[in-house]
Amino acid sequence: MTTLSLLAARTRSRLPRRHVPVLATLVLLLVLYGVGVSQYRAFSNIQVVFNVFIDNGFLLVVAVGMTFVILTGGIDLSVGSVVAMTAMVSAFLLREGLPAALVLIIALLIGPTLGFLMGCVIHFFDIQPFIVTLAGMFFARGMCTFISGSSIPITDGFWTRMSQQRIGNPSGNFVSISVLIAFAVVAVAAYTLAYTRLGRNVYAIGGNSQSALLMGLPVGRTRIAVYTISGLCAAIGGILLSFYTLSGAPLIGVGMELDVIAAVVIGGTVLTGGSGYVFGTVLGVLVLGVIQTLITFDGSLNSWWTKIVIGGLLFAFILLQRLIGIRYK
Amino acid sequence: MSDPKAYRALTTHRLFWPVVVLVGMLAANTVYRPGFLSVQMRDGHLYGSLVDILRLSAPLILVALGMTLVIATGGIDLSVGSLCAISGAIACLYISRQPDQNSVGGVLTALALGLGVALVLGAWNGVLVAVIGIQPIIATLILMVAGRGLAQLITEGQILTINSGPYKAIGVGHLLTLPLAIFLALAAALLVAAVTRRTALGLIIESVGGNAQASRLAGIRSGRITFLVYVISAACAAVAGFMMTANVSSADGNAAGLWVELDAILAVVIGGTSLAGGRFSLGGTILGALLIQTLTTTVYAMNISPQTSLLFKAVVVIAVCLIQAPGFRARFTRRRAPAAGPTPVSEQPKEQVPA
Repeated sequence: MTTLSLLAARTRSRLPRRHVPVLATLVLLLVLYGVGVSQYRAFSNIQVVFNVFIDNGFLLVVAVGMTFVILTGGIDLSVGSVVAMTAMVSAFLLREGLPAALVLIIALLIGPTLGFLMGCVIHFFDIQPFIVTLAGMFFARGMCTFISGSSIPITDGFWTRMSQQRIGNPSGNFVSISVLIAFAVVAVAAYTLAYTRLGRNVYAIGGNSQSALLMGLPVGRTRIAVYTISGLCAAIGGILLSFYTLSGAPLIGVGMELDVIAAVVIGGTVLTGGSGYVFGTVLGVLVLGVIQTLITFDGSLNSWWTKIVIGGLLFAFILLQRLIGIRYK
Repeated sequence: MSDPKAYRALTTHRLFWPVVVLVGMLAANTVYRPGFLSVQMRDGHLYGSLVDILRLSAPLILVALGMTLVIATGGIDLSVGSLCAISGAIACLYISRQPDQNSVGGVLTALALGLGVALVLGAWNGVLVAVIGIQPIIATLILMVAGRGLAQLITEGQILTINSGPYKAIGVGHLLTLPLAIFLALAAALLVAAVTRRTALGLIIESVGGNAQASRLAGIRSGRITFLVYVISAACAAVAGFMMTANVSSADGNAAGLWVELDAILAVVIGGTSLAGGRFSLGGTILGALLIQTLTTTVYAMNISPQTSLLFKAVVVIAVCLIQAPGFRARFTRRRAPAAGPTPVSEQPKEQVPA
């Protein structure tokens, strides 16, 4: 009897509890989009939605990596700098005349290597993720300016093709290849989190790393893995950004880690770990993208309003998580 | 080496390695540029690299002092950089609207306004953390993101330039042959030290950081203490913001105080304050701030681009943190002296407690 009522209570409360933040983000996204459509006629053009994806594809990929880290209760401040460093290194190597495929491999190896090292330091020496990834952020940003003080344009054929290739329907709507890559990353990440052992370990460690350890889960390996994954996502994000801007600039992506963390939180992932979805992160990135689009469409509002609105949304969503009683440590 | 016990006590002291790094950097500077340590008297003011380092580290020391108290309660305040920008922007905006920018009364009103707004924002942080119970890192992240926007809103995206003698004095003025900023930082440090170490407040803050729940049950109003440290941190950030903007006589909502929160956290950590809370060292924090500023100055002096200095910062941060990490030390000492049996643990690794 008790079990039954407990079960009933659980099924009644479990679904909303865990999904409310994501649903709230979805509602917010629809409301924002609705506001846009009602205010500006051109907003209803489907290309506007595609443009949000095109402009934020790299952010999406980086945010997916960050979701892994935050789910374990950690944080990765280095992503913005790693993105810049990846773009910078590829631009530099391409200018030196290396073949595109080789450059791609080298660039994609930087992020995971750095992430792996940071994960090792965090795990083996028990130093706070905040400090370690902060050092990683300084290191990567320093490397950017060490490579070159000014931006390096990319003229390589492969890069320009990836940048200009449009995949679309006859009516003229299109997405870039970057968007497809971003979607692929999202799909792989969602599958990993939901259906693989690694994914379950990530949630378990975020829920309670002590219990996870006592259960015999590979806490250390998983923790190092998430920082490596975040590094890999940042590297992919960097490549996408270099496709998007066709250059490597030493100061690009400054403060991107904040946008990324904001997107993950707005997407309903709890910063203490253990609860959240990749799908929520996608919604979080879209919310940021739509806000930027709205502000661009308005024209009279300045870019700093983006920051203020993002701050307000962060507050609202954290309050929401608090109100519906998601556990905070 | 003659007295192994004293040697051991020295090397295991919390601040031993930061001091070694600081002295090492000063020595490297002196080798690279023999005139580095010399201090000259010119127009009744002292000039020299050492004075410069002290003057430039004043804002960082201020911010780091507030940050130390916040971290001692187990929290963290990411919003200080934005608060610097906001308070500086408000003060500069008010002064720029004055008919006579040199009037002391106007400048004082501007400072009061800037400080007041910072206190309100600090109270906002405090309410989020202490009353609503949001995790500090995320609660202050809100203001870190939105605060930059607010600062730009205040300056309307422009760089506000002012021409006010009294205000400029905060940044570059002199008192008793030394820059005024040094005295301001020193005064703040002494004030904080007196309030925390001469009264029970420091102990109470540490107990809240150790275990907020237990402190509350022991009769300490931990919520009120948590609230208080965020307000103090905001006040320190505001004064630092005045200094930064006074230094260049202009307010830039975008660049003022950028990354200062990270530098401040680094200074606190280098100074031996545990990020888990529960103990703090004001002297260590000041030492950490001086170390960071010396590093920056060193890099400038060696003609390395300012951005590349981040590379060195990363190396120093990781080195200092690794040396201080109990896990790293344990490995290191075990490998070096395996025959000595289990090495006595100098400091018990602190348990991470839910705060």
